[in-house]
Amino acid sequence: MQTLTQQLANPTRFMELSSRVLPWASVIAAALIAYGLYLALLESPADYQQGETVRIMYIHVPCAWLSMMIYGLIALSSFGLLVFRHPLADVSAKAAAPIGAAFTFLALLTGSLWGKPMWGTYWVWDARLTSVLILFFLYLGLIALRAALDDESAAAKLTAILALVGVTILPIIKFSVNWWNTLHQPSTDFTSTVDPSMRWPLLVMAIGFTILFFAMHLKAMRNEVIRRRVKAMRTQAVAGRDRLAAQAAG
Amino acid sequence: MRSFWALVRRDLQLAVREGGAIGTALGFFLIVVSLMPLGLGPDLNLLSRIAPGVLWIALLLAALLSLNRIFESDYEDGTLDVLATGRIPLELVAAAKSLAHWITTGIPLALLAPVLGILLNLEFRSYPILVATTLAGTPAVSFLGAIGAALTVKARRGGLLLALVVLPLYVPTLIFGISAVSAASGPSGMGASFLILAAISLAAAVLGPLAAAAALRIQLQ
Repeated sequence: MQTLTQQLANPTRFMELSSRVLPWASVIAAALIAYGLYLALLESPADYQQGETVRIMYIHVPCAWLSMMIYGLIALSSFGLLVFRHPLADVSAKAAAPIGAAFTFLALLTGSLWGKPMWGTYWVWDARLTSVLILFFLYLGLIALRAALDDESAAAKLTAILALVGVTILPIIKFSVNWWNTLHQPSTDFTSTVDPSMRWPLLVMAIGFTILFFAMHLKAMRNEVIRRRVKAMRTQAVAGRDRLAAQAAG
Repeated sequence: MRSFWALVRRDLQLAVREGGAIGTALGFFLIVVSLMPLGLGPDLNLLSRIAPGVLWIALLLAALLSLNRIFESDYEDGTLDVLATGRIPLELVAAAKSLAHWITTGIPLALLAPVLGILLNLEFRSYPILVATTLAGTPAVSFLGAIGAALTVKARRGGLLLALVVLPLYVPTLIFGISAVSAASGPSGMGASFLILAAISLAAAVLGPLAAAAALRIQLQ
């Protein structure tokens, strides 16, 4: 009796399933984000203090949420690779890293654009900003380490180790950086402090972005699986040609 | 345990007899610190205010340059393969090599720091605290650095990659190292920050060898 993860870890079944899920996920993500943008830009009220700039929040918060969720996903995948040796776990970790770095960058960028009118400066060395910046550096480290190693299977495992080390150290970084807590507001309890007129569009955008990420992740994973198959076939083809050449010579 | 200490002694002897390595790190430390006033201007008040930060950052950079020494030469000449097939677990090998790195790099850098403090007009009161915090913090530098050194032992462009991988991990060490020095002159004293710094070092001494050994094992196969 195979468990669900074991079934999904079969690359052939993954390709089959993902090809069926992907169009749906893309359509739902596009529809949710379109609806969310409509709500966020037109329907929801401007903030009584921040005016129209509050609308940056509807992009900023989903990106920030994804930047952390994707690192969690990479850590889970890395664990799956090192402990259970699922080949797909590495594909997942590899595909997620650049997407995660992009969302982290977007969170920093939108936050900085929001900070200019609100705080009067694009960047402050505040706890929240600094720890997201360090998260961004961790993503870059993961991508760079993988890019620097020739042996793909070793690269996969080494990157997985780095991802797990990062996950153990992240709470310490977060906690240490919180010591000079300054400008950014603490995490908001969405059920009580955000007005329903803003909570609903934010929720739609967050779900839309999350599904968008899963669609992009699935697509990137499919590309990676296909890339590996092509590589394996090329190797086989070259090996076959060598054999033929050897027979012809012998 | 005997073989553990034998390994530490071997690395220390290698560091001493090869020479150069310790001197290079100290020289680099000296140059980075003396470049600071050239870049920031010779204002003594400003320098004494930022001295702990400058010293800590220069120390991290100097240690970073010497990190690849932990595994690289042993990996290249095959000693690591022999050690991996030997009786003591690879985790202990990694721990011994990190410890040797701390003794040959961390301690000399920590002892040099107050001397360089003179260049930056650091208050005399802060000297013992500076030595204490750097001594408590540098084990974290060596043991966390060993993870990066092990991960990049086979990589192309190892040096720059090592910095990218390891420097984010040094953030807590840096923050608590500096806050211990600056808190010492305040009302609350250095107690809490210093204890957390020591805790980070101890945690790194556990985590570092585990992760480094796992990384080495993958590359030695």
